[in-house]
Amino acid sequence: MLDFIMQPWPWWFSGIIISAVMFLMLFFGKSFGFSSNLRTICTIVGAGKRVKFFDFDWKTQSWNLVFLVGAIIGGYIANQFLNDGSAFLLADSTTKDLAELGFSKAEAIQPPELFSWDAIFTLKGFLMLAFGGFFVGFGSRYAGGCTSGHAISGISNLQIPSLIAVVGFFIGGLLMTHFIFPLIF
Amino acid sequence: MKFTKFLIVGILFGIVMAKSQALSWYRIQEMFRFQSFHMYGIIGTAVVLGIIGTALIKKFKSKDYQGNEIHFVPKEKGFWRYIIGGTLFGIGWAMSGACPGPMVVNIGYGFVSFFVVVFFAIFGTFLYGVLQNKLPH
Repeated sequence: MLDFIMQPWPWWFSGIIISAVMFLMLFFGKSFGFSSNLRTICTIVGAGKRVKFFDFDWKTQSWNLVFLVGAIIGGYIANQFLNDGSAFLLADSTTKDLAELGFSKAEAIQPPELFSWDAIFTLKGFLMLAFGGFFVGFGSRYAGGCTSGHAISGISNLQIPSLIAVVGFFIGGLLMTHFIFPLIF
Repeated sequence: MKFTKFLIVGILFGIVMAKSQALSWYRIQEMFRFQSFHMYGIIGTAVVLGIIGTALIKKFKSKDYQGNEIHFVPKEKGFWRYIIGGTLFGIGWAMSGACPGPMVVNIGYGFVSFFVVVFFAIFGTFLYGVLQNKLPH
């Protein structure tokens, strides 16, 4: 049992826990949707004074910010206390494709080519993270939700708009991966 | 006390994002290259259980912990905002390898560079708010 928890979790177990997170939030009278926190943070830093979209009582969203803080703590706990140091295994075909773009063989969960200090302080590395974050933030609010709000909660509730949004997620992800990555790497 | 339960569910969320490796840029690449079942298995399992559970909650008019009936807010009808917004989101997802939840989990995990990603995600959200009335929805 403890071994099972310490190892990387299999997809089926992870999927069960994610749906449990969604149902726990419903049981606590809220919904599972993470990206609205980004809007709340804009409001907290004063964006509501100038832009109507951010003019709302952010305290009504405190519960979701607490969830966000929990998520950060959860990441810390997982790395510090639930980590057996198993090697990170990436599909051979992905390793090969990424090698063609200049990525070394994966040894940890994130590529040093993008997330190490060395990478952030190069112009290309910085722009990659900045634009990545920017499009996620802009796109999730434009589409009215992210993976949790649309792909999980929305599709669970058989919402056609959420299905359209998820099709969009894939159009964007496939475009970037297959057409734009070969140009920028 | 009122918020403790959300903290605990948040911690569970952070742990599952990390232990499933869904926070990994590499896993997102495997997914967008159709070279691993892992991410599809995670999302697929959550969605199948989600559909069944949501249908059961509606059928039995289940109540939350305070005794109020659980209700689901339908998404606004529309097409353009979902397809355009979704596509922009997907572009960012492939670049940074993280959607909003995993971004902050990465910070907790120890990848400090995700502060840059989160900062610009907040900025992107702000710019959407500024441009909202000019964009097709």
